[in-house]
Amino acid sequence: MTNLTPFKSTDGDNKLVSPPSSFPRVIEKAMADEEDELPETELSYDQKKEIAKWFLLNAPAGEINYVAKDLKAVLRDEEVYSEAAMEAFPVYNKSHLICLEMPSRAGDVIVSSYSEITVNEYLDPRTAQVAIVDHVKQICTKVRPANDEELPSSYIEEYRYALDAEVQRYVSEAYPKGVSAVNCVKGKDADGPGTDFELVVIISATKLSPQNFCNGSWRSVWNIDFQDESQVLDIKGKLQVGAHYFEEGNVELDAKNEFHDSTIFQSADDCAIAIANIIRHHETEYLAALEVAYSKLPDNTFKDLRRKLPVTRTLFPWQNTLQFSLTREVEKELGLGK
Amino acid sequence: MEAALGLLRRMPPKQSETALSALLSLLPQHSSDLLSQVDLPLQVLRDAESRKDFILCEYNRDADSYRSPWSNKYHPPLEDALYPSSELRKLEVEANEIFAIYRDQYYEGGISSVYMWEDDNEGFVACFLIKKDGSKSGHGRRGCLEEGAWDAIHVIQVGPEEEEMAQYCLTSTIMLSLTTDDESSGKFGLSGSIRRQMKMELAVAEGHLCNMGRMIEELEGKLRNSLDQVYFGKTREMVCTLRPPAEIVQMRLPDT
Repeated sequence: MTNLTPFKSTDGDNKLVSPPSSFPRVIEKAMADEEDELPETELSYDQKKEIAKWFLLNAPAGEINYVAKDLKAVLRDEEVYSEAAMEAFPVYNKSHLICLEMPSRAGDVIVSSYSEITVNEYLDPRTAQVAIVDHVKQICTKVRPANDEELPSSYIEEYRYALDAEVQRYVSEAYPKGVSAVNCVKGKDADGPGTDFELVVIISATKLSPQNFCNGSWRSVWNIDFQDESQVLDIKGKLQVGAHYFEEGNVELDAKNEFHDSTIFQSADDCAIAIANIIRHHETEYLAALEVAYSKLPDNTFKDLRRKLPVTRTLFPWQNTLQFSLTREVEKELGLGK
Repeated sequence: MEAALGLLRRMPPKQSETALSALLSLLPQHSSDLLSQVDLPLQVLRDAESRKDFILCEYNRDADSYRSPWSNKYHPPLEDALYPSSELRKLEVEANEIFAIYRDQYYEGGISSVYMWEDDNEGFVACFLIKKDGSKSGHGRRGCLEEGAWDAIHVIQVGPEEEEMAQYCLTSTIMLSLTTDDESSGKFGLSGSIRRQMKMELAVAEGHLCNMGRMIEELEGKLRNSLDQVYFGKTREMVCTLRPPAEIVQMRLPDT
């Protein structure tokens, strides 16, 4: 119970007082389970697997392995765990946009549904390689060169490449440890103007400090829809920030926002600059808005839950409560107060 | 068992109920331990006779019925149920009245309940509970919160009186969650739980209620501040670590 060590003003144990009824209902049930050979409350294989998957999928960023360890201890069933892990890890990895290092210093590949070729293969357009990954171990086991069907046409690649370079520049400035990728998710075989295509910009940053009981992640996904007929780029962004602090307590931040913008369809280089500026603008504003939300917490937002002090600005007069309840009666009679 | 608690600490606080029932079905033999160690958001029942709500917890439960602090009756009715002694019941009634005023002063709404029972050491145990819905559709005065919940559970063990002094051991648990939703910051949600203990030896001259009340007020205040500054503050720090504010990045001098 390492995390529940309470703050103590004097010595003592932290055991909770047991309630008067001593859980008759629960203890009876638990005793019955131990006595029966095949208790009717025994879960089926599939039920256990679904529960195991649920725990894995709901692990905060960077904590799935700790969850896995505890889960195995609770399940005590290697088979169920393995199957649950095989199904849950890929989903978790893709939604958390995890970055895996590719061999021979080729950089990181982002595991996402946008870069997915097959469930174990993910495209890194920047190096034109496909990374083969082991989801449960969360590593890239090897890479192979991408073949032509997997890569965009040279026309699309012009736009993708320019945008990738601009985004990389932005990310290296704004994020101490961010990774980005640009994938083409629609129309990648267009060989010239006249068709629509869609690029997706992914930015993924995580900070893991388990020794400080704190982990966090930032995920940005920007869909850029290049619309040929209107000569407009329709830009939709989704940002998600999460943080988990769990030293003698447990607190989570879960913040998200969506953005919509547009710009004109220009040359590859000009588009790249325009898009990167739009992304930079919205992300910076969002961060500022988060700061504002945090700064309003102590004196405004939190007050809707509990005030720091009563309206009287003094502590509650416990010894004078007789006086207080009389006041309340009078208030009620006069229809004062709320 | 330790692994089960580890899992509960990592799951999103808002999903603690689902996580607990998943663990109860996986580890039925540990049910009583799990139920006593883990706190879930409080549930409420209506006492139609007194026309007031009361909070449910393990401390006013007997079998599948719950005792209302207002009418002292079990819902649904139960034969041969447990009740505090009449003397303790008097203290319980007074505690409920006073705590309701305290609750009003700090929470501007919400529901509270106090339950007491004799323990084996010639003392007694009291449980003070508060449940507040701070969302704009609930009791949130300022309309800041799309969703907001505060659940406080204070369990005080009071030792027997000796030479006009008594020992008080308070264990307080706060569970909260809040979500704001606006255009610039989108959906912003913080949730979590924290538990602390406090022990004091106090003179009984002003009465047990006074001593218990002061301890609760002090610890609640400390926990509120801790959650706000330390806990939420750490998540804020983390966000700034992931992506430092623009001013730092561009090395601009501050305006003020």
